[in-house]
Amino acid sequence: MTAISSSDLVTNLLIFLLASVLGQELIRHVSRLLHTPLMALTNAISSVSFIAALIVLAEPGPETVSLLAAVAVALAATNIVSGFLLTDRILRMFRRRKEEK
Amino acid sequence: MTDVYVDLLYVLSAVLFVLSLKFMSDVRTSRAGNFCGVAGMIVAIAATLLAYQTQNVELLVGAVIIGAVIGSPIGLKVAMTAVPQRTAMSHAFGSLAVALVGAAEYYRSAPAIDAFTLSVLSGEMVLGFLTFTGSTIAFAKLQGLISGKPLLYRGRMYVSMGTLAVAVAASVYLVANPAQSAALLVLAGAALVFGFLLVIAIGGADMPTVIAILNSFAGISAAALGFVLDNRLLIVAGTLDGSSGLILGIIMSRAMNRSFTNILFGGVGAATTSTAGAANKTAQVYTAEDVATILRDARSVIIAPGYGMAVAQAQHAVKELADALQARGIDVKYAIHPVAGRMPGHMNVLLAEAQVPYDQLWEMDRINPIFPGTDVSIVVGANDVTNPAARTRADSPLYGMPILDVDKARTVVFIKRSLGPGFSGVDNDLFYLPNTMMVLGDAKKVLTDLLAAMRNLRD
Repeated sequence: MTAISSSDLVTNLLIFLLASVLGQELIRHVSRLLHTPLMALTNAISSVSFIAALIVLAEPGPETVSLLAAVAVALAATNIVSGFLLTDRILRMFRRRKEEK
Repeated sequence: MTDVYVDLLYVLSAVLFVLSLKFMSDVRTSRAGNFCGVAGMIVAIAATLLAYQTQNVELLVGAVIIGAVIGSPIGLKVAMTAVPQRTAMSHAFGSLAVALVGAAEYYRSAPAIDAFTLSVLSGEMVLGFLTFTGSTIAFAKLQGLISGKPLLYRGRMYVSMGTLAVAVAASVYLVANPAQSAALLVLAGAALVFGFLLVIAIGGADMPTVIAILNSFAGISAAALGFVLDNRLLIVAGTLDGSSGLILGIIMSRAMNRSFTNILFGGVGAATTSTAGAANKTAQVYTAEDVATILRDARSVIIAPGYGMAVAQAQHAVKELADALQARGIDVKYAIHPVAGRMPGHMNVLLAEAQVPYDQLWEMDRINPIFPGTDVSIVVGANDVTNPAARTRADSPLYGMPILDVDKARTVVFIKRSLGPGFSGVDNDLFYLPNTMMVLGDAKKVLTDLLAAMRNLRD
């Protein structure tokens, strides 16, 4: 995992570029009403860095490595749990006008 | 489990994340969007656990429990007025997690790391650590733990840029000498200090944009970690987060007619501009009863709320007034400026919490053409975003900033604690217009009085 071949790098760059373009398009179309929950949601999603900590934790290494990764797991888990819960809590508050009006 | 299946599950997870954002385009599908996000996360974690058997089960379980114990109350209990600071905190946590995994990866692999990977790793750590302290300061400012005023001193640009230069130099040295782990400590220390210096010099009023920019940094550092670990799911998720922060930041800075550079390095918000010229102008101050008379004959009303409304806890009073007006057949809309509140979209959330239906919330570009045909506009807790000087006076600091055209309504009712200037320290021309009725007092009390006066009029 330490040495990345050039073809892997090119593929990763391509993924990065496509994800950027897709991200711009997706975010531009997000309802303006929902920018606050959007921030909570994307923050939770990017805390998928949780899995990076898992991978580092899985492979044998010095104590320092495990400790750093474990702290990262706790931080990412906090964001995942609070981010998704908060997003849902905010989204549930948005209601349309009652139909009788 | 073989690698192919893990990769396929990662693809599934990435698709779910993309769908999650796609569903945020409409309020009606947004909750499904959040569930897609949850599903994507579960798939990603499950795939990783199946593929990589953890050596330290106790450590892992302990860390997850700590995360859940801290995260659940935050997610379930945080007040809607406090969501901006919780957002800043989540950026601090996310970026620190990414920086720490980067450091762990270095200690695990060094010195057997190729130069390219190590340079991405260094950049990722610099960004992660500076976002951590920067977001922590943003949190402290929003929470009121420290003053919202920018901390300005002579030569601060040299100090900040010097610190950043140290971080960059340490990165370069580390790439050249991968075994020198001391350079990593210098890098981390300098980046942490730079993040602190950067945000401590930014005024509280600019925090909405700063949060969005830090959001972008946190996302980009996560994507960079994906490059280091060759983990494509992380590249995709980090990039989506980075794009989101970037676009929200652009929207916010445009709404204030400011550039990123001006917001990050301008030190705006320290000056208390004199209100010279205000002395010879007189504002016409009215009572709640006067306003009730005007509202009795109105057919259309637009309410322009600002963060001052939330400070006065007046959301529910505003909603009651709107209900009372609608009960008389008066059309009511809310005008939402992009920077109303303390983070992108914050005002919508505050009003939604007060059970204002979201189809009454109109964004600036859509509602501005409607003001000229409106009988009454009511400004509650907003100030600078309604100042006509932004349109007319080239010497005003607000000049060029897009504003809500409340002054174009037949009558403007401006509810305000005093005749003092707004966040920017600029006097508001709106106070002195002939069609403006100033009502001074606490927003909640004024609105309650107004409701009572309306009831009395009917009897």
